[in-house]
Amino acid sequence: MFSEVVSLLPAGIINGLMFGAIYALVALGLTLIYGVLHIINFAHGAMLMLAMYMAYFLFKILNIDPYVAILIVTPAGFVFGYTIYRWGIGKLSGGRDQNILLITLGLSIILENSALVFFTGDQQTISLSYSYEAFDLGFLYLSYPKVISFVASLVICLLLWMLMTLTDLGKAIRAVAKQREGARLVGIDVEHVFAVTFGIGVACLGAAGCMLLPIFYVDPYTGNIFVIVAFTIVVLGGMGSIVGALLGGFIIGITESVGGLILGESLGQVGISLIFILILIFRPTGIFGSKV
Amino acid sequence: MTFSLNTILLILLGLLTAILAPLGISSKFQLDVLTLIFFTAYIGQSWNILGGYAGQFSFGGVMFFGTGAYTSSILLTSFGVPPIIGIFAAIFMGAFLGLIVGYLSFRSGLRGSYFALITLAFAELLRVLANSVEFTGGGVGLFLTYAPGLHNLQFNSPTGFYYFSLVLLVISLVIAMWLERSRFGAQLVAIRENEDAAEALGIDTLKCKIYAIMIMGGMGGAAGTFYAQKYLYIDPPISYSIALSVEMLLVTIVGGMGTVFGPLVGSFFLHIVNEFARHFIDTPGVSLIVYGFILILIISFLPNGLVGLFHRARKKKDDNDA
Amino acid sequence: MMLEVKGLTKRFGGLLAVSAVDLEVAKGEIVSLIGPNGAGKTTLFASISGFLKPDEGAVNLDGRSIINLKSHKICQQGMVRTFQITQPFATLNTLENIMVGAYSNTSNKNIAQLNAERVADILGMTSLLYQTADGLTVAARKRLELARALATNPKLLLLDEVMAGLNPTEIDEIVEVIKGIRDNGVTIFLIEHVMKAVVNLSDRTYVLNDGKLIAQGTPKSVASDPVVIEAYLGHGAAKMMTNGGKS
Repeated sequence: MFSEVVSLLPAGIINGLMFGAIYALVALGLTLIYGVLHIINFAHGAMLMLAMYMAYFLFKILNIDPYVAILIVTPAGFVFGYTIYRWGIGKLSGGRDQNILLITLGLSIILENSALVFFTGDQQTISLSYSYEAFDLGFLYLSYPKVISFVASLVICLLLWMLMTLTDLGKAIRAVAKQREGARLVGIDVEHVFAVTFGIGVACLGAAGCMLLPIFYVDPYTGNIFVIVAFTIVVLGGMGSIVGALLGGFIIGITESVGGLILGESLGQVGISLIFILILIFRPTGIFGSKV
Repeated sequence: MTFSLNTILLILLGLLTAILAPLGISSKFQLDVLTLIFFTAYIGQSWNILGGYAGQFSFGGVMFFGTGAYTSSILLTSFGVPPIIGIFAAIFMGAFLGLIVGYLSFRSGLRGSYFALITLAFAELLRVLANSVEFTGGGVGLFLTYAPGLHNLQFNSPTGFYYFSLVLLVISLVIAMWLERSRFGAQLVAIRENEDAAEALGIDTLKCKIYAIMIMGGMGGAAGTFYAQKYLYIDPPISYSIALSVEMLLVTIVGGMGTVFGPLVGSFFLHIVNEFARHFIDTPGVSLIVYGFILILIISFLPNGLVGLFHRARKKKDDNDA
Repeated sequence: MMLEVKGLTKRFGGLLAVSAVDLEVAKGEIVSLIGPNGAGKTTLFASISGFLKPDEGAVNLDGRSIINLKSHKICQQGMVRTFQITQPFATLNTLENIMVGAYSNTSNKNIAQLNAERVADILGMTSLLYQTADGLTVAARKRLELARALATNPKLLLLDEVMAGLNPTEIDEIVEVIKGIRDNGVTIFLIEHVMKAVVNLSDRTYVLNDGKLIAQGTPKSVASDPVVIEAYLGHGAAKMMTNGGKS
């Protein structure tokens, strides 16, 4: 038994890394929004689900490859996020932080059930011409989609990091995150920056949705699976930390995959909630600490 | 809040109507709907104690329900303990779970959204565990046999379950009324309004919050037994369903947090909305979309819910009369 | 001694906020703590009253050690603090706010209400009993803060700038109120910026600067102490003043 697990370990770790990169992307959106706006977007999972549906229909109706659809769904995510913050959440917010949590909970209920009404509750999957082609690593076959998703996620994380550190927009966002009043005083349109940040956060989901679709399924509740995972990654990496989200994504991806190997598929999921609980109780600032 | 004579009369009248209702309602379906409304109001009240009065919002309130359901059901199926005793075990286990979750989270200073999310994670953890271990029946779930009788808390007509839910509801209302009049209730409200100030004024905030979550847990535990005996089947997705966690906070927020009748008002209101929505478009999900909008609107514009709206209207009338 | 503080030290990371402070407040006294902004006064209060955990030192209340007790326990022992930035229970009315304090001695609602009304009367808040706290004026909120603390029936009150933001008339009123409270047997230790009130009220004054006590004595003697003047006005200020402005 033990030697069996050990022999499967490399495969488990690599599989975990593949999913971990996408998890990281999902968590990145969440952590960015938290780091700058100090709000928790509970509708994050539901928005991911919408992105997956969009990629799904682009593929089914227009026959656009999901990896190409990244170029469409990501900007769409940005527009959706910007709009919904600027004229929705941002206007309705104020008061206690739980209020935003509840408002975004309401939003997720609306999105999930709209999906149920319009797209039915059936699970949808797609298969690409290259879905079943794979790299042979000797101890593991890695399907093309997994590898492409992995690489693309890393590239997008890198782009986001460059956006945050190298551009004026990134500077403005970081200024607002650190000192919103100060930023307002030097003439930064804080509400606009908030909405842009929210938009970027949702854009990350657009990309993540496209990359998940070829290797997962979508139904109105798919988002729920990822939302707790994303929260876990975010608290693990430290709320608001980009590097933390990336590392956290890999750690969770590997934990889940190796945990599943050792404990079995169903009990393996215990790991995620357990990690989440333990971190909140013992290290509420996360393992990697610092903010955006 | 003190109760005026009028209010007391109104409450007694409402209670009398509720007791006599089965005589006037011939349709089993309608009686079932009322049962469901009472049940949701009851479980909403459990959320209200911690969320509405003490200001600690939980997103995983279902964990107590599920644990209670499993407690009495396992006692019944594996050890032959009748549910009329099992329900007390369920209450105990719910409260005990509340103690553990409350101690761990409040002890480490979790507040606001963090507390909400950690309760969600606890509920998820329990769902996965219930799915994976054997004594819960795993993913297959637990089937209970139908054997009507008070000792089984099963009844051969909807009227029986109606009264069962009414008893639960009345107990929950009495608990909330006691909170309104007691030191403990005042302390919970003080914690909700300003925890530091409450601590400075000699309130053991940790202890009070733990007591509150234990009351919530005990109430949730009894709700689990009720459900199991009524529907005779439980499994992990039902017992630890996110939907029920949401429903209990939804009815309370819509009706009015931190008020005695908020959960009941919210439960009635949302069931009416549900019937309406179903009347026009009979597709699953439509009423939930409406619920989502209602939740957002209430949070944004009516923080004291429908009961608050009623109070505001009455205050306005008083001001005009004066 | 009502309050004895010995060698109290509190650090935030590398920053020494309160450094080896010794002070005493005798039963029935009104003692004030003054010092420039950022001197560590509120941190000292918070460390005494259990809101912050001091790194070193001892705190005794009426002869019993209260170090490491949680703040609600300290309140139950008879010492209660108010907050510099008022912390009302915003949606509750004045009566309910004060009752929360009164409940620390009784679980009976009627007794709590009677005590709360009595305290409200002492503070001249009877007409505000049924107003919600978030609608009160700054002055009324300061009084509410005081009233709630008083309703816990303390031996020792720690008042953190209850006069900040009040106009001269309001200050005179609250000075009288505080004297009245002392005359009823409550010892008072207060942080204050309003010098007139400090001189009027206090039997003795401590001066804190950069976390260290730099002077103590009667308010008048402290106010003319060169060390204190330097702390407030900068290096060389005392010399300037004694030379009549010529340097």
